[in-house]
Amino acid sequence: MNRINNSFSRLKEEGKKALIPFITAGDPHPSMTVSLMHALVDAGADMIELGVPFSDPMSDGPVIQHASERALKFGTSLKDILVMVAEFRKKDDATPVILMGYLNPFEAMGYEKFALDAKQAGVDGVLTVDCPPEEGGKLLDAFSREGITPIFLLSPTTSMARMEKIGKYASGYVYYVSLKGVTGATHLDFSEIEEKVGEIRKVIDIPVCIGFGIRDEATARAASQIADGIVIGSRIVKEMESADRESAAKNVSSFLSAIRKAIDEEKR
Amino acid sequence: MYDLPDSQGHFGPYGGIFVGETLVGAIEALREAYARNRECPIFLAEFEHELKHYVGRPSPIYHAKRWSEHLGGAQILLKREDLNHTGAHKINNTIGQALLARRMGKRRVIAETGAGQHGVATATVAARYGMECVIYMGAEDVRRQAPNVYRMKLLGATVVPVEGGSKTLKDAMNEAMRDWVTHVESTFYIIGTVAGPHPYPMMVRDFQSVIGREAKAQMMEGFGRQPDRLIACVGGGSNAIGLFYPYLDDESVRMTGVEAAGDGIETGRHAAPLCAGKPGVLHGNRTYLMQDENGQILDTHSISAGLDYPGVGPEHAWLKDSKRVDYVSVTDSEALDAFHALCRYEGIIPALESSHALAYAAKLAPQMEKDRLLLVNLSGRGDKDINTVAQRSGITL
Repeated sequence: MNRINNSFSRLKEEGKKALIPFITAGDPHPSMTVSLMHALVDAGADMIELGVPFSDPMSDGPVIQHASERALKFGTSLKDILVMVAEFRKKDDATPVILMGYLNPFEAMGYEKFALDAKQAGVDGVLTVDCPPEEGGKLLDAFSREGITPIFLLSPTTSMARMEKIGKYASGYVYYVSLKGVTGATHLDFSEIEEKVGEIRKVIDIPVCIGFGIRDEATARAASQIADGIVIGSRIVKEMESADRESAAKNVSSFLSAIRKAIDEEKR
Repeated sequence: MYDLPDSQGHFGPYGGIFVGETLVGAIEALREAYARNRECPIFLAEFEHELKHYVGRPSPIYHAKRWSEHLGGAQILLKREDLNHTGAHKINNTIGQALLARRMGKRRVIAETGAGQHGVATATVAARYGMECVIYMGAEDVRRQAPNVYRMKLLGATVVPVEGGSKTLKDAMNEAMRDWVTHVESTFYIIGTVAGPHPYPMMVRDFQSVIGREAKAQMMEGFGRQPDRLIACVGGGSNAIGLFYPYLDDESVRMTGVEAAGDGIETGRHAAPLCAGKPGVLHGNRTYLMQDENGQILDTHSISAGLDYPGVGPEHAWLKDSKRVDYVSVTDSEALDAFHALCRYEGIIPALESSHALAYAAKLAPQMEKDRLLLVNLSGRGDKDINTVAQRSGITL
């Protein structure tokens, strides 16, 4: 069973777009991650991107960087995160879970062991932020042996030739980073994004999701019109900064429900 | 014939390009620009002209006779990078990269800095070429290195204190990368050491290898032969590779890189990834890193801010594995002893970074015959460190 492909087929039948929230595992506290994941699904998430915290998140802005720091303060390790996913799977066997992280923690566990344990825990895909396909040979081999879907980023500066190359490795969906810059940046230009997504579709025939800079109903709606799904990270993680953890979880749910409603309405 | 890295920036299993997709375009543009200019006679002539007239090269090789005599063994020779404009080897590289930035039409340069030496060298060349300059510096380092912060400001640079992570060099590097991703069209990122994604380790090595090329000629001229061994300190490793690289094919010359053992390797409070770390991926390349069992990067410690970095240039990782270069470590207090010795015996105040190389030379020299020659890279002067040294001696300035 491939949960990612199943989800996209179901969404296509229903005429809906994928809503993919991102949270950092272990943030604001490791004990909350599994219940947060269930809450995200209840609020309308189709898939979950689960961040693996790293001490040096070079591609992330301050919001996700701080989330990593909070999670690491409690010692959240890759091993712990796989336990969390397995726990989540006890009640939810349908929602795809994609790990998003930096290469070094994967490498420290060992590619083979990581791929095997991730599969057993119920992880569907892995996005390795700082590992372009050129450097990913052994990691990608391990993923392919275990049936883990490798997810790749595309950016506004990715050339057509490079898109074609990445398209050969990518499956599940590609994640178009709709902004230059780090996660959490602002200023979206939707006509530019639409043009670029058009280019991507010419050379890559799997779903295209958009992320980076989606922060409210208006931006979510506009992005969902262009793509097959939207990823919302920093705006959600920002809620975790709140001192009151319980209300943080509640705020995330109501925010996500509103986004769900906004992008579904657009379809009708 | 040594000919690394390969076309993708690999030194054996090390190096490479490990960056997010948002940076790939910028890296490709840099690779193309450097490939175009690397052997361009006009670019190289411009670089050499600046090194001669602005930096004051060639830097001399000085025979530390009194100190050698005191140690009672091999003769210690010093490659005087401390005499360069701005007081360290760092400027060799910032001039090269700033000239390249200018050729790429970039008007804004950014850099990370730890002790502030690379920041000062970058601010200096930005002023020299009329470029906007932003320096990222860990908030902790901003506090520790106030005079250098002021120097950068005098030179017209904006200094941004970085509050993330451990608030030191590695976090400054993360932040500079973020700036680069965001302003990729206008901005050139001047990395200060032989780390980062390809082509940085190769490019910084090329610019710094003026040190070793000069040394080869000066040794023949002044001593009629090459040294028995080269010694240099290794943080990221740019001064060491600058000296070593032109000698790599000369098997008669041994080489030692000296890492910072801080309070001692056994205490865990050190900055010696080659001696006590293991391979991993950080800041765009695969190399030896100080990391925990979960792959998280560890905080480092060294009395010398310039060596206080959890990684090391990938070429050093390869030179270690291939056994061409030996890597050893020296503690804070051994480095301090060498610092004081050079002050007293030779009238030279060395940088604390360079004092690590000196300390190893002081260990080795007495075990060797008097006609042996040790060439130590005196990579920088120690004026910036006098507060730290005074503090260790219980003196407030």
